Amino acid sequence: MTETRKVALTVNGKRYEAEAEVRLTLADFLRHTLGLTGTHLGCEHGVCGACTVLLDGQTARSCLMLAVQAEGHAITTVEGLAPSATELSPLQEAFRDNHGLQCGFCTPGMLTTLTEFLRDNPNPTEQEVRIAISGNLCRCTGYQNIVLAALDAAKRLQAAR
Amino acid sequence: MASLIGARVNRVEDPPLLRGERRFIDDIIVPDVLHAGFVRSPHPHATIRGVAKHAALALPGVHAILTLDDLAPVMAKRRMMRHSNSGTPLDRMWCFALADGEVSYVGEPIAIVIADSRYIAEDAAALVEIDYDLLPAVSDCRKAIESSSPAVRRELNTNTIATYKVNFGDPDSAFAKAAHVFHTDLWQHRGAGHPIEGRGILAEFHRGTDGLTVWASTQKAHDLFQSVTSLFDFDESNLRVITPEVGGGFGPKLCIYSEDIAVVAAARLLQRSIKWIEDRREHFTNAAQERDQYWSIDIAVSADAKVLGIRGNLIHDVGAFALQDVNIPFNSASMMSGPYIVPSLHMDVVVAATNKTPVSSIRGAGYPQAAFSMERMMDRVARELKLDRAEVRRRNLIPTEKMPYTKPLKARSGAAMQYDSGDYPASQAAVLKAVGWDDFPKRQAEARAQGRYIGIGLAHGIKGTGRGPFESGAVRISNTGKVTVFTGAANLGQGLRTVLAQIAASELGLRSEDITVVPGDTAGTALGLGAFASRQMVTAGNSVLLAARAVGEKAKKLASHLLEAAEHDLELKEGEVRVVGAPQLSIKLAELSRILKGAPGYGFPPGVDPGLDASVNWRTDALAYANACHAAEVEVDIETGAVRILNYVALQDSGVLINPMLVEGQVQGGIAHGIGNALFEWMGYDDAAQPVTTTFADYLLPTATEIPTMTTLFQETPSPLNPLGAKGAGEVSTIPTAAAVIGAIEDALQPFNVRIAQTPVPPHKLVELIHGRSDGPDH
Repeated sequence: MTETRKVALTVNGKRYEAEAEVRLTLADFLRHTLGLTGTHLGCEHGVCGACTVLLDGQTARSCLMLAVQAEGHAITTVEGLAPSATELSPLQEAFRDNHGLQCGFCTPGMLTTLTEFLRDNPNPTEQEVRIAISGNLCRCTGYQNIVLAALDAAKRLQAAR
Repeated sequence: MASLIGARVNRVEDPPLLRGERRFIDDIIVPDVLHAGFVRSPHPHATIRGVAKHAALALPGVHAILTLDDLAPVMAKRRMMRHSNSGTPLDRMWCFALADGEVSYVGEPIAIVIADSRYIAEDAAALVEIDYDLLPAVSDCRKAIESSSPAVRRELNTNTIATYKVNFGDPDSAFAKAAHVFHTDLWQHRGAGHPIEGRGILAEFHRGTDGLTVWASTQKAHDLFQSVTSLFDFDESNLRVITPEVGGGFGPKLCIYSEDIAVVAAARLLQRSIKWIEDRREHFTNAAQERDQYWSIDIAVSADAKVLGIRGNLIHDVGAFALQDVNIPFNSASMMSGPYIVPSLHMDVVVAATNKTPVSSIRGAGYPQAAFSMERMMDRVARELKLDRAEVRRRNLIPTEKMPYTKPLKARSGAAMQYDSGDYPASQAAVLKAVGWDDFPKRQAEARAQGRYIGIGLAHGIKGTGRGPFESGAVRISNTGKVTVFTGAANLGQGLRTVLAQIAASELGLRSEDITVVPGDTAGTALGLGAFASRQMVTAGNSVLLAARAVGEKAKKLASHLLEAAEHDLELKEGEVRVVGAPQLSIKLAELSRILKGAPGYGFPPGVDPGLDASVNWRTDALAYANACHAAEVEVDIETGAVRILNYVALQDSGVLINPMLVEGQVQGGIAHGIGNALFEWMGYDDAAQPVTTTFADYLLPTATEIPTMTTLFQETPSPLNPLGAKGAGEVSTIPTAAAVIGAIEDALQPFNVRIAQTPVPPHKLVELIHGRSDGPDH
């Protein structure tokens, strides 16, 4: 069980190389090996979506992936979404202005999911947004302000184009 | 600067949360930490003949496997004895840190495994061999209280843990003179809390002092502190409890659990730092649930639909142990009459133990069941008497002119149950208008003509908020001018930091971002009660208001000496005390703080005490009663039983709102929880007391496609009971939701004469009811 492999990958544009047990999940590798604790674990069985990251631009549940499977891939986590240390991304800004988060625990998965979604669907309807986040559980907000934030972010992103 | 009270200020919490920078319990890093896992019972009831550890201990990376006997040397008590404030005899219901030779529910922890990683700890837990003698178990609380039922634990003579009456008025004569009497049996299920972050605790051991810093994802840091000091006879000066960022609470995190105590005990025994992070399956089997209540009730009404009396009984499932005093069924029975004038009531309450996970409070804490029972009966009376459902409610609502209204009952504190303020008929009127109640029959008829089944439901709710006796609030200005607020209140996502900063900033003439709020740290305040009962805005809010005011007055008093100006000519602005109309005459708060920290041998001006700080524990025994009125419009697919919520209007009166944006967020989240209770959330056990819903694939939390866009309306009737005029918010909107949704479903299914007597009501149950194949509640 303790066999290890070297995992080399890119996270948020930065190259990492670390030893990982072959059974280590990608989530635990990101959180505990690389210290990127912004990715959260809510269920560890692939339903809640809190651990969602982008793998080569596509959403993936980091609790259902092994670290060794990420070898050679490019990962984006919540820590990689803001353009700088002082600014937030338009989506993050929209979450703040629309009160789209309360405890903030599901938020990283919501942000990564919506980052992919708004890239692929720049002008979505409310129903499309709801379907897009239907694999992400939030217990605090009742989703309404998350949906409003996503629609607001779509407008901000379009205006910036 | 204008007051920030009532301002829709963006949250100070958000930027670091949005960047993934806030530290939750599993993000706290301490050196040389070991990780804990638990060996748990797969059986609902058994005695333990032996625990074989050798195979598990042989696994590389395993440090220890500890049972209660191993932990006992460092503990003052084997059992987690707590105080029963209600007087209910619970001595044989308190949990053990680990099983004491017997297990009485699936998941009960038997041994704690300490290892280099969580992975190894869980591997080792699976290798610990337990020799069990199986005992009979009981799952259904109605069966549990029968004399022929097996005891939930051998030490219990009966599974009836408590019986009591909640009564007032003269129900017998009310029923004797009633024009109509209607009977209802209800099964009410409330599932579990399920914050997306589970529980977790980290006991950081300090070599040299043998002291501990305990980090915990908790709603009650000070309760954990007191539990640890008393269960371990621990020197208070050697313990600090810190609450990191908390990923939601909703009730389960207000209890002190076996795992908390076992982790602290293991840290003391091994003299190492130890962390335990709950997984979701453990949350299903071990975090508190609210689960089942069975109601059997009669209502007596006059010919004009006025309620004369209510009689009935209520059985409440408390599970295998008590995590805290058993207050939930008292809340349910005593708050049943809600916003209505009910002249007489008699409820017999039975609290029953079962071989299931312990029950405590989930968002609403018994109030949603009270509202569901009452509102179901209101719908029943309307149907039987062929009256409009809103009209029946109006005839019974406490009229505006009768406020404040005293119910003939006492709250838990012993104070009279007095509804301090509110306008229930006006609440209803606003909701009916917003939802289009009067037009609905026309819309319903049009839909029916197209083969669509739509319905509308209405429900009121009341919540006693701001439960005392106090919450701590301390305000301190440093010699750099930085302002810090300390409180025993807990930040679970409500935006506590933001609203307390708004309050303090308003008093001190600052911006909310100038204030740092430190919640749930026992080194910040010695006293605190924490987050429950929608209490923090009333209790912590007013303590912080008064503490900030006292600090401001102190600053002015000192400044009046230094500036040679009268105090009433001074104002607080932009971090300074200024002479009104002559802002060049000013002195910075930083300078005042420096002076009040003292210099050896130098004096202060007369009448000024040291330190630019103040600490207030504002006291209250009375509750501030918030109210809500909700209307839901639904469509039911009669082929599949699927329910779609088409429109949802919620009015809430939480008194003076400090930040309406955040209260809207609370209202929306509370409704989503109530929709889960109405339609989806079922924590299932089979007849043998084995849990059958232990993943999010089996236990359904509502997702974004099930929750509608909600319209939130506010009334702001100030509470006369506290300086802010505030009432609580967090739980209020969960209370009427299930009643509104299920009333709407029943209305949609009128052509099938469907009667719904349960929460949740899943699609298959609706299909059975539509086809007349059901003869009552599911359970």
